[in-house]
Amino acid sequence: MTKKENFLKGFINENPLFVLLLGTCPALAITTTLENALGMGIAFIFVLVMSNTIISLINSFKKLKELIQPVRIAVYIVIIASLVTIVEMLMQAYLPELYNSLGVFISLITVNCIVLGRAEAYASSNKVSDSVIDGISMGLGYTFALIIISLARELLGNGTITIWGNLVINLKGVFEFLHITPISFFTSSAGAFMVLGIILGIMQAIKNSKEAKKQELEKAKKEVK
Amino acid sequence: MSFNQIIFIIFSSMLLENVILSQFLGICSFLGVSKSRKSAVGMGLAVVAVIFIATLVTWLIYNYILVLFDLVYLKTIVFILVIASLVQIIEIIIKKFVPSLYKSLGIYLPLITTNCAVLGVAIKAAQNNLSFFHMLLYALGSGLGFLLIMFIFSFIREELEKRKVPKAMKGIPIALVVASILAIIFSRYVGIVKEDEGEKEKTLPRTMDVITMKNIPSEKYFEDTLRRMK
Repeated sequence: MTKKENFLKGFINENPLFVLLLGTCPALAITTTLENALGMGIAFIFVLVMSNTIISLINSFKKLKELIQPVRIAVYIVIIASLVTIVEMLMQAYLPELYNSLGVFISLITVNCIVLGRAEAYASSNKVSDSVIDGISMGLGYTFALIIISLARELLGNGTITIWGNLVINLKGVFEFLHITPISFFTSSAGAFMVLGIILGIMQAIKNSKEAKKQELEKAKKEVK
Repeated sequence: MSFNQIIFIIFSSMLLENVILSQFLGICSFLGVSKSRKSAVGMGLAVVAVIFIATLVTWLIYNYILVLFDLVYLKTIVFILVIASLVQIIEIIIKKFVPSLYKSLGIYLPLITTNCAVLGVAIKAAQNNLSFFHMLLYALGSGLGFLLIMFIFSFIREELEKRKVPKAMKGIPIALVVASILAIIFSRYVGIVKEDEGEKEKTLPRTMDVITMKNIPSEKYFEDTLRRMK
């Protein structure tokens, strides 16, 4: 796998949320506004890149690797939890509003399956540089997924798009022009499940139609022969 | 502490503020293990036990060690370590003394360490300065809520497997849509205790407000609500 492929895989082919279905809890809970999704994404990318770097560094020393082999999951969890604590403290100090709206889900990055999964499946057996790229790719892919869900939820549910702080795009006029009101259902908890379900369905439909086209092409090729 | 308050806290943490449907904790296991009824109930029971014990232990550690020595910022690290080792200990104990239970629950126990519901409930209970008794009720209610939803949802999913579903929505997508409908139903439980005083619609304070000792509704409040409901 080249470096470019490694970087691009997290967006569509191996998207941690849409394809691997990992880290669904924060994806449903905090995607009420785009701002929350971006904040969560940044925190997540930081934790994932740092944990991938540290864990692949530890594993690049043979003796250290053998030493922690039996308790490696516990070691990984402690590393991830310390990184999460750093993010938590930084966010509490510099972005208190965001910290309050994300709430318990910042701490819950610790038990997010993506971080531990990447550490165990990729970083522990690959070079440091590759692991960093993998972390960035997966982190950006996850953020991308969060952004899509939050855009759908905030736009349909509230008629606004909160980019950051006071930077809000207000599209209520468009809704008024079309004589419809935003559906607050989408900002509620039930809406989150619905949006993710429909997005996954759309992804599956695209995948199915692609496969069908491929099969048709192959059939046509065989007939030509 | 009156009987009404006990009932109220358990029911609000179980139904109104359900761990899965309104707080989005433990979705991974909710989607992953709910395919068959047996495994869903097994996972649910294991989670009830682990949430209860883990919240109890972490609450004690938080209030009598971390707060005392001003080390509150270490809570994430300490909690996850405590939960991981607790799960290990429970696994060993069950394996030793109740091997039949281990056979049915054993495979779910290691999964619980990374279940956000356990860490989430533990952190919420610690952060909101719950009193000891409230914490116990809150942990119990949350765990039972998880079990309840797993139980209901496994029935629905077993039924879904038999029905005709559009090809693209098969499996997880349709399960999420069903979960959404379930969430609508559960969110309506808030309506049970809604007051209709004049224009302002006052809802009962939600669980977390209630349990922080400041905002606990008075005895009279409960009596009034109950009388109105009759």
